[in-house]
Amino acid sequence: MISSIHPKRFTGGIHPQNEGKELSANEPLRVPPLLEKYTLPIHQNIGAPPKLIVKKGDEVRKGQCIAEADGFISVPLHAPTSGKIGDAVEIPGANGAAVPAIEILSDGADEWGVCLEPYPDWKNTDRDKLKKRIQEAGIVGMGGAAFPTHAKLSPPPEKIVDTLIVNAAECEPYLTADDRLLRDSAEKVLTGAAIAAKILKISRILVGIENNKPEAIEALSAVSEKFSAEIVPLHVRYPQGGEKQLIYALTGRKVVAGGLPMDVGCVVQNVGTLAAICEAVTEGHPLIERLVTVTGTPLVRPGNFVLRLGTPVGKALEFAGGIKGPVGKLILGGPMMGFAQSSLEVAVSKNTSGILLLAPEEVRQFEAGPCLSCGRCVDACPMRLLVSTLSKVCENERYDLAEENYVMSCLECGICTYVCPAGRPNVQHFRRAKAEINARRRKK
Amino acid sequence: MKREEGKVRLPPEGTLILSSSPHIRTEDSTRKVMLLVILTLIPAVLASVWFFGLHALRVVIYCMAFCALFEYLWCVLAKTKSTLSNLSALVTGLILALNVSPLTPWWLCLAGAFIAIVVAKQVFGGLGQNPFNPAAVARVAMLVGATGPMTTWMDPAPGAVFGLADKVDAVASATPLAAAKAVAGNAAEIAYYNSWDFLWNAFLGNVGGSLGETSALAILIGGIALIALRVIHCYIPLAIFVTITVFVWIVNLASPGLTPGPLFHLLTGGVMIGAFFMATDMVTSPVTHLGGVVFGIGIGVIVCVIRIWGSFPEGMSFAILIMNALVPLIDKMCYKRPFGWHPSSINILQPRRGEIK
Repeated sequence: MISSIHPKRFTGGIHPQNEGKELSANEPLRVPPLLEKYTLPIHQNIGAPPKLIVKKGDEVRKGQCIAEADGFISVPLHAPTSGKIGDAVEIPGANGAAVPAIEILSDGADEWGVCLEPYPDWKNTDRDKLKKRIQEAGIVGMGGAAFPTHAKLSPPPEKIVDTLIVNAAECEPYLTADDRLLRDSAEKVLTGAAIAAKILKISRILVGIENNKPEAIEALSAVSEKFSAEIVPLHVRYPQGGEKQLIYALTGRKVVAGGLPMDVGCVVQNVGTLAAICEAVTEGHPLIERLVTVTGTPLVRPGNFVLRLGTPVGKALEFAGGIKGPVGKLILGGPMMGFAQSSLEVAVSKNTSGILLLAPEEVRQFEAGPCLSCGRCVDACPMRLLVSTLSKVCENERYDLAEENYVMSCLECGICTYVCPAGRPNVQHFRRAKAEINARRRKK
Repeated sequence: MKREEGKVRLPPEGTLILSSSPHIRTEDSTRKVMLLVILTLIPAVLASVWFFGLHALRVVIYCMAFCALFEYLWCVLAKTKSTLSNLSALVTGLILALNVSPLTPWWLCLAGAFIAIVVAKQVFGGLGQNPFNPAAVARVAMLVGATGPMTTWMDPAPGAVFGLADKVDAVASATPLAAAKAVAGNAAEIAYYNSWDFLWNAFLGNVGGSLGETSALAILIGGIALIALRVIHCYIPLAIFVTITVFVWIVNLASPGLTPGPLFHLLTGGVMIGAFFMATDMVTSPVTHLGGVVFGIGIGVIVCVIRIWGSFPEGMSFAILIMNALVPLIDKMCYKRPFGWHPSSINILQPRRGEIK
């Protein structure tokens, strides 16, 4: 049902001039044909990388575990299709550095192997069993962070969690994968939410969704009664989907700087993650594919695709019909927080929410001018930082002063760079300052 | 992966631009901001030409041209990339022109432009680095250094430039502010400045004064457009107007006849142009909204004090300069802490000074 909660408005934020969602939102979901070869990056989660348990030449089935979790903050990895294990290679990662990957040579049969045991009766299944299942299925936060989900669902006993927040805001321009997923399978997402709520022993489920997705809201409210989930339509405002902003909008609670959502009794899960939980628990399928928005004005047929993990970006662009015009940037993720790529060999991984092409004229590159102190960045900062001062402090490498001015609170949402009329790379300065400060802290 | 399969074209890898996020930006630029300021000042320029004829246009052209010249010369001599294209020098020149008498000689415009561009801006490091509003610095320097020419005003001759009125040149008459100051304490004379007849003329601009000081209406149009276009916030001008209104009203209550009423003070002199176009100069005003309010209140109080008890009839430029000096302090005091800040987060976020070096 649509909730009666009146969402709070967080300070700052922007409404991007061009949302670009119309390019892909109304296209039906497409399932591309099987590829001959997948290149699966091994480390797709925050925490310890999983340990490979297969070697070259091994036969694997679809969904078979090929790397085991190494510790609690780690998840296993599964074969995206059936076939043979190929070479261990190095491919460019999303952030540009080379990452180890393993090739899977498809046999074309695409046969499921020995699956995990499904728990159709999850309501009466032991909580720890469900939690273990989520780890076994290799599920991580699919909104972008890739933090192992089972760890997020294991708050320490002293933290009282009372609300599960379903993050369906999808505030990044251009991306529509979550929107598409909700339109097509809202029930799956809410089942996943109900499973997560059961694990957390809570009953309150809030779904935060920006009100520019009326179809998704309708699909959600049609099934929400069954799961007693409350749908809260939110203002369209980037970064509405930021964890702290979303919690504030829905509950009015403020996550203390440096704290976690569970400190204020909330656990936030992305809709993609919840759908993956549902599949892992009710069908026993591990996480081997995900919804990816492949979009951008230079593409022939942008849309949302079900892509297997390990699909090279170049292949994904082929599925979308290739390009019809010049391309300025290739971005993994959204235009505000995504990563620009130089190679088409980067592979789709568990946290790839979008593949975006920007035409050269959409990529506004210009020299940074002097700060005018116009204060637009200060107005727009969702963390209420004194951006203009902080940016100059960081530019002068006075990281001690930067820390005193709360640079560590920065979300890196990119708004300050987006709004700056002088074209100053504010968020870039903050990223550097945060990295420097973290490095100094580690040294001590 | 690079080879093209069938007709499907893929982006060539070598040409992809790499940079960190965000990958999209607003279409605003420094140049656009400056252009909007110039455009919103056009009503004031037109009004000054209407009332003072070609004298006004001459001063506007002199000031803008000289400011651009000094900006260019500085960039050449300092061997830096030309900053003319960001239009900030033209904005400074235009505001400076609107701050002086229509009879200002060319050499004084040249001196003013030099002070504004070189002394008040470039020596501090150029655009964005100057602590004081360049136009206000220049006006004050010119007023102190060349008091004679700077206080030679002409009577308005509406439509003179189009031959609609008899040409009236170089009549050294006082501005309403100076005239009202001369009769301060004389309740009967002061009453004239509170009459609707006088106030209406002041609102339209049919009084003596510098180019931009005369027509409150023209400045108001530009100022409201500037706020509507979201170039500036309304906090600073509103704070100034409210403060002046309240302050003068109280003074009038306490000591009737000392000075004309609030409307007189709002509509005459540099209050309008100062509040909308000079106090709101982004570089030299606070970035926080609360800071803007404090800044505006400060300006309002200082203007009233100078006008009522000071030795100058007008104090807008002085008030702006004094408050400019306090901007860093105001910003520091008015900054609310980050979202979710709590005393318990001090340990995580804020080490004691000197702890990290």
